[in-house]
Amino acid sequence: MEYFVQQLINGITLGSIYGLIAIGYTMVFGIIGMVNFAHGDVFMVSAFIALIAYLIVTAWLGIASVALDLIAVLIVAMAFTSLVNWVIERVAYRPLRGSFRLAPLISAIGMSIFLSNFVQVSQGPRNKSIPPMVQGEFVLSKTHDFPVTLSYKQLIIWGITALLLLAFWYLVAKTSLGRAQRACEQDRKMAALLGVDVDRTISMTFVIAAALAAVAGTMYLMYYGVVTFSDGFVPGVKAFTAAVLGGIGSLPGAVVGGILIGLIETFWSAYFSIDYKDVAAFSVLAITLIFLPQGLFGRPDVEKV
Amino acid sequence: MAAGAHTGRVDMAGALRSAGFTGVVAFGLFLPLIAFKTDVDGSNQLVLTTRWPLFLALVAVCSASRFFYALLVGPWLARRALRPARPRPAWRNTIANWLVPCGIGFLVLYPAIVFFTAGFSGGQKWIDNLGVQILIYVMLGWGLNIVVGLAGLLDLGYVAFYAVGAYSYALLAKTFGLSFWLLLPLAGILSSFWGVLLGFPVLRLRGDYLAIVTLAFGEIIRLILINWVALTNGYAGIISIPRPTFFGIPFTAGDDGFAAVFGLPFSPLYRITFLYYLILALALITCFVTVRLRRLPIGRAWEALREDEIACRSLGINTTNTKLTAFALGAMFAGFAGSFFAAREAFISPESFTFIESATILSIVVLGGMGSQIGVVIAAIVMIGGTELLRELDFLKDVFGPTFDPTQYRMLLFGFALVAIMIWRPRGLIATREPSVFLKERKTISAEMVKEGRG
Repeated sequence: MEYFVQQLINGITLGSIYGLIAIGYTMVFGIIGMVNFAHGDVFMVSAFIALIAYLIVTAWLGIASVALDLIAVLIVAMAFTSLVNWVIERVAYRPLRGSFRLAPLISAIGMSIFLSNFVQVSQGPRNKSIPPMVQGEFVLSKTHDFPVTLSYKQLIIWGITALLLLAFWYLVAKTSLGRAQRACEQDRKMAALLGVDVDRTISMTFVIAAALAAVAGTMYLMYYGVVTFSDGFVPGVKAFTAAVLGGIGSLPGAVVGGILIGLIETFWSAYFSIDYKDVAAFSVLAITLIFLPQGLFGRPDVEKV
Repeated sequence: MAAGAHTGRVDMAGALRSAGFTGVVAFGLFLPLIAFKTDVDGSNQLVLTTRWPLFLALVAVCSASRFFYALLVGPWLARRALRPARPRPAWRNTIANWLVPCGIGFLVLYPAIVFFTAGFSGGQKWIDNLGVQILIYVMLGWGLNIVVGLAGLLDLGYVAFYAVGAYSYALLAKTFGLSFWLLLPLAGILSSFWGVLLGFPVLRLRGDYLAIVTLAFGEIIRLILINWVALTNGYAGIISIPRPTFFGIPFTAGDDGFAAVFGLPFSPLYRITFLYYLILALALITCFVTVRLRRLPIGRAWEALREDEIACRSLGINTTNTKLTAFALGAMFAGFAGSFFAAREAFISPESFTFIESATILSIVVLGGMGSQIGVVIAAIVMIGGTELLRELDFLKDVFGPTFDPTQYRMLLFGFALVAIMIWRPRGLIATREPSVFLKERKTISAEMVKEGRG
């Protein structure tokens, strides 16, 4: 039982990170109908930006307060990653809008290869590990020699994820930008006729997606304390799985899907085999797409001639 | 800049403005990852170093190229777009007619040409690294072209069948000692069996979803190859796989080897040349089969499926069989290529069958212009040959210093080229299609008229 609760805590933490990345996939797919293949690598780039920001604030500026460090790193990572994704959209996807459907996908695959190799060339291929940013934990129960713990960093991840989801929900549901976004999702041409700046809305979608990915990247760095240039692909595919599982295009679906994927992966490694944990995630992806392509919260896709 | 682009007038202020904007963006873009570098120092701690000169140079290059683009290239492109389109000159048709026979002739004579120009020892590299490597990708591209280009089924896990072929040959040859010539068809059959097996569950899916599921299948097969150590030896891979023989005569230095039997001095060149002709023959068979199949009912059903699945079904075409044959045939050619790959390298490991390989093959097909056979060849030469040639650019060391290694930029340039070619020609390099059936005269149509695979 204690083991189960501990895995539940770990799974939700991992799932929060996947959920934040999954929102990026689901928003972009919702608005331009494209699988943004490079999103996993944007997440990886954001973890590197967070790493560099962390080294600057701790080693150069010498700020000792953990909370200040974390906030500074988060803001820097969000700002620069948003810029990166904004440029990616401008350079690699916007010229292909209205082109044939495979072109943006190939362009995104190219971008994904470019980003991971850019980081490899500019920062070197080795693993980058940092000392733990946040230490300490709550012991929730201690029986049968197996303590159930909730570490501070897990708590921070939960808290920040919840806070950001709240802010993000407000943005999409209550602001004019969110309204424009939902309008473009439903019918881009009609939205343009009614005076919505479609290009700007799509750009802002990419910026928000990147900002959330940057939060995930910072959390990932804080949680695992290590990052390399190839860390984008597998979390990217898992987050995409989460988006599909929750129903692509659905924002609450992405979060629920992310937490589900995190739980499946954690429990699979805990009770079955850690070697095959990625196989489990990929199988969930295939099974969902084959048997439940509209996902848990998505609208069924009507086939028209 | 916009006004200048339309009238063809030089708009200095606009160009300066956009250059300044690009400079600011580039400054922000490169600031974290170029200006700062993380290094692991002696005590295993991360330290930051700065690279301001490189960073500022990159920003300046970006800004300057945007300036020249806005000032010169943009207006020139705008003027060109206004010019009326000229009819296709006759000499281009002549070239197009002679391209295929000349190309095949060149490929057949390629080893002789290389030996003549680069000598026997220097030519080895050109045949093995460049010729064989490109031909493997040409063959894989042609195989995937059946699935993606003709049937319109977007497959991102094609490398899985390549892996099945390679591991089939390696395991069967090592365990049972069977010959290459027996196992080549067997590997093809096993691969096509897997093609049907993986194709069956995804029959209902279309477009991007199909791509992602095939990606998942490809990754699952690779992860099984890594983790099923008892069968595949995991990451370590399989070593000393038997090499192919020349009708039973091995290419070894021994008394029964190729050189001894034909009374020639021993040299590894015979094996390399033999492998070159083997992959050339396999690739040409793939192409020939595809071209002939296009004219058969099944080939027309594939293309009909690509254009409109619902119309296809209402006309009585069995879409299940049509899709499965496309998967099976595509997988079979990947299986042939895989067993050739295992026999050529004599070593295989899961590292050779990553997602990047699938993406490379798919991009060769799409860059060539989906469904175009000659386009695949051109794209493979550009993408594989181009990146292989980076190994030859030693003179860059004189420019950038002795630590400069052009090969590390290989995949970086590859990714960049994918994006750039997509923006430049989204329909691929060969963007025209010739119909396989016609009423009175053969007309070439633009690829814009051909629907992309939605099936």
